[in-house]
Amino acid sequence: MSKYESVIGLEIHAQLLTESKIFCSCSTTFGNEPNRNICPVCTGQPGVLPVLNKKVVEFAIKTALALHCQIAPYSIFARKQYFYPDLPKDFQISQYELPLATNGYVEINVNGNTRCIRIHRIHLEEDAGKLVHAGSDRIQGSTYSLVDFNRTGVPLMEIVSEPDMATPEEARAYVQEIAALLKSLGVCDAKMEEGSLRCDGNVSIRPVGDKNLGTKTEVKNVNSTKALKDALDAEIVRQIKAVDAGERIIQETRHFNENTGQTISLRSKEEAHDYRYFPEPDLVPLEVSKEWIDEIKQGIGELPAEKIKRYVEQFGIKTEDVETILESPGMAEFFEGAIRLYGKPQIVANWLTGEISAYLNAKKLEIKNSKLKISTLVGMLALIDKGTISGKIAKEVIVKMLDTGKSAEEIVKESGATQISDEGELIKAIQEVIKNNPKPVQDYKDGKKASITFLVGQVMKVTKGRAKPDLVNKLLEKELS
Amino acid sequence: MALTIKDVEHVAKLARLGLSEEEKTTLVDQLSKIFGYMEVLNKIDTKGVLPTSHALPMKNVFRQDKAIPFNNTDEILANGPEVEKRMFKVPKILD
Ligand SMILES: [Zn+2]
Repeated sequence: MSKYESVIGLEIHAQLLTESKIFCSCSTTFGNEPNRNICPVCTGQPGVLPVLNKKVVEFAIKTALALHCQIAPYSIFARKQYFYPDLPKDFQISQYELPLATNGYVEINVNGNTRCIRIHRIHLEEDAGKLVHAGSDRIQGSTYSLVDFNRTGVPLMEIVSEPDMATPEEARAYVQEIAALLKSLGVCDAKMEEGSLRCDGNVSIRPVGDKNLGTKTEVKNVNSTKALKDALDAEIVRQIKAVDAGERIIQETRHFNENTGQTISLRSKEEAHDYRYFPEPDLVPLEVSKEWIDEIKQGIGELPAEKIKRYVEQFGIKTEDVETILESPGMAEFFEGAIRLYGKPQIVANWLTGEISAYLNAKKLEIKNSKLKISTLVGMLALIDKGTISGKIAKEVIVKMLDTGKSAEEIVKESGATQISDEGELIKAIQEVIKNNPKPVQDYKDGKKASITFLVGQVMKVTKGRAKPDLVNKLLEKELS
Repeated sequence: MALTIKDVEHVAKLARLGLSEEEKTTLVDQLSKIFGYMEVLNKIDTKGVLPTSHALPMKNVFRQDKAIPFNNTDEILANGPEVEKRMFKVPKILD
């Protein structure tokens, strides 16, 4: 990016994995019949009193600890007032002054570089309802809308970063890091496609080296980390074009349209936001003692960053492999189990991040719901080690294992895909290849030793990969001498 | 500090209140008086007094995380002027 640099800060909204809502006992179950998970409290009937769900606070403290934040000994809730049909009380209970946690950081890895992104604050609030637009698939052009309050009052934790990201790629890595962290803490399932993790990006540009921040815009409506990166890329290009054309950037909210790859202004009639926050009188202040924090601290297991460090140090496997393993739910347990039985961490990692991940991703499966077991994977690796099957054949075998749940031995027996150990059979194949490839054979005899690689490849082809390449090489050399 | 008609119109707009000219004039007067009280309060020396947001000396009132269904959702739905497919029907949002 030529003479401009971009500055990005992100707001992440994470739905917390509690059984009940933040201020009432309604269920948070997703997918129920519309307006089934509602009650007088979350629909804002007169005279009701919200009561804070203790687990919500514990989840937020857990997250704050993992993000190295300062946890406020005293925090309060506030009413954020605005009018929208998905908000039955006409205000959202949130935190404004005195949020639960501030001043943290998280480390991210981008292209092998570690960057520290500061966390500005973490606060708690309630989710709004869901709108279904009639007469159109979206809000534009709809003739009326329908409101489902099942989601109203589902606990949300908002994590606000400092504007510490310099590129859309870093923004993407940051969201991935936060998502992995929330998942491993068990506080949020962090599925952007399903909306359990939402992300808005604040982005501005400035001349390279300038210390002042440019006017920022807020990019919304991204439902994957890729869409976030694409949206920020598009918005940065738009801002640069505008500034180069002598226009002024207006502080506004812009929607990303995934189909066009552009951001569009939501030039609604909304005047400058004036939420008229004031302390929520119905909720008493929240005081978090050191003892409570310590108790929660003890319940936190190994965090992703710690796990990555341990895997790299203890098992000597590549950082990017560890990241792939940790991204996939249940794969870390599978990995550790396989290592206990088999050893050789990098080999196990290669299979998990290679063929197995490809299969699981294509079928949208998690490893624990797949038909592959730790014992069957280890069984297959042992067959490779014994020389019964080649690595190439094993790649086909593993797919069949994932499809059927059978062991490698069974599959190999059924398909006859074992390696040819009978030298007589191999020599027959070698002689055939020599006969059909006079040119490379002559080259070899003329001293171009490298052409043997081609001949080995031909033998492998003839034997459908069932030969051991080093044995073929040895036998070929003998035949050609 | 005296409020103006403009201030009243702004606050009324934020609160989605439609006011007649007469009501606006009344409110300018009444709200200015309320602001006057604040000015009196502002004169009090609060040095060394911790700010508070709540009148009661209470803290940490919690519920356990347990889902208990509310069984009369139909009555809540009955509060809506119009309901379709168990959802509240609202006028179109964007013009
Ligand atoms: Zn409720």
